[in-house]
Amino acid sequence: MARRAALELKDGYYANLGIGIPTLVANYIPDGVDVTLQSENGMLGMGPFPYEGEEDPDLINAGKQTITELRRSSYFNSADSFAMIRGGHIDLSILGAMEISENGDIANWMIPGKMVKGMGGAMDLVAGVKRCIVTMDHTNRAGASKFLKACTLPLTGLNCIAMVITDLGVFEREENDRFRVSELAPDVTLDEVKAKTEADIIYT
Amino acid sequence: MSKKVFETAEQALDGLTFDGMCVMAGGFGLCGIPENLIVALRDSGAQNITAISNNAGVDGFGLGLLLETRQIKKMMSSYVGENKEFERQFLAKELELEFNPQGTMAERIRAGGAGIPGFYTKTGVGTVIADGKPTREFDGETYIMETGLTCDVALVKAWRGDTQGNLQYNKTARNFNPMMATAGKITIVEVDELVEVGTIDPNFIHTSGIFVQRIIQAKCEKRIEKVTTRERGAA
Repeated sequence: MARRAALELKDGYYANLGIGIPTLVANYIPDGVDVTLQSENGMLGMGPFPYEGEEDPDLINAGKQTITELRRSSYFNSADSFAMIRGGHIDLSILGAMEISENGDIANWMIPGKMVKGMGGAMDLVAGVKRCIVTMDHTNRAGASKFLKACTLPLTGLNCIAMVITDLGVFEREENDRFRVSELAPDVTLDEVKAKTEADIIYT
Repeated sequence: MSKKVFETAEQALDGLTFDGMCVMAGGFGLCGIPENLIVALRDSGAQNITAISNNAGVDGFGLGLLLETRQIKKMMSSYVGENKEFERQFLAKELELEFNPQGTMAERIRAGGAGIPGFYTKTGVGTVIADGKPTREFDGETYIMETGLTCDVALVKAWRGDTQGNLQYNKTARNFNPMMATAGKITIVEVDELVEVGTIDPNFIHTSGIFVQRIIQAKCEKRIEKVTTRERGAA
């Protein structure tokens, strides 16, 4: 999924990668594609993890991991960081999700009755970034579809997801249109996708 | 010596703490938090504190110290995932919690410090965050109104400061600190390095001294939450 999502990063993009699978996308950026990664705690041009012994407590990413800077890097405060995000200056955000609905709603921050950790910057990202892509497992541990007619969990954002990449395939959506199966993962059939998708999507 | 400079965190907080006070504390995770001022706030004994901070520290460090002593009545944060005591108090309904999307929180503080009582944003439209908040349409899109935030005392961490309170921050330890510095009725700063006026190039000052009432130099532990490294020779 991370490898497939990386193909959505275009040359010259400023992108924000969420925690989990989206973080791994950075490892698969194609050669010749120049991407600047934003970390919403206040950095553009996120570099790789430091060598052991060179960790800097004043230099972390939004997942609180130690990182390094690049020649292109810049630092800024949280208000400027979210001016980039909410002001529509970030080209692409790749996020994880608990549920996606057929009209592009996303739920990824809260399960009622369980401890709520908070939305962090997720609501700002889905409301402000030009294009938002989700990577997630197609079904939950019980085998139920996570790609639904309507989200059952509290929402993170409305009508904001343009593409869903799951272990079964890639689902693309034109603005205000239905999602369409655009790719199947290896050894996955359309019938399997149909069986595991609750959302009304286009299969041709 | 400038009247802004204090010797210790305890002295810097002297006369400013009270029960029911509202405090902002800078930092993202444990990065760029005013460690020594938080300890001094705990030791002041102030109760029923409303704390505005992106996170709630970890058990036994940062704002986690004030949770242990039950001095915090209410937290306003965007993410609180790293603190067991927080979770326990919240589930036992001993602690109020108001989640704010991170960008909304940053902007609320920025606005508060700039004398802007409210603003409109798309963030949170159609979610629980919008519940009870006025909405308005601009160019056919719905926005929700958020209010500016100020506080009684802002606790700020900077890298370098001069005796007039002019500040520079280091790397991602900047985060919420510059906005919070503007939003405190009183802003207290702890710096790694306190220098004489004129030492910092005026062209490279991040926060002007007008926002800073008190400043101390103090050694920080700077605990790292998640040490991640790569192997030498790897890309």
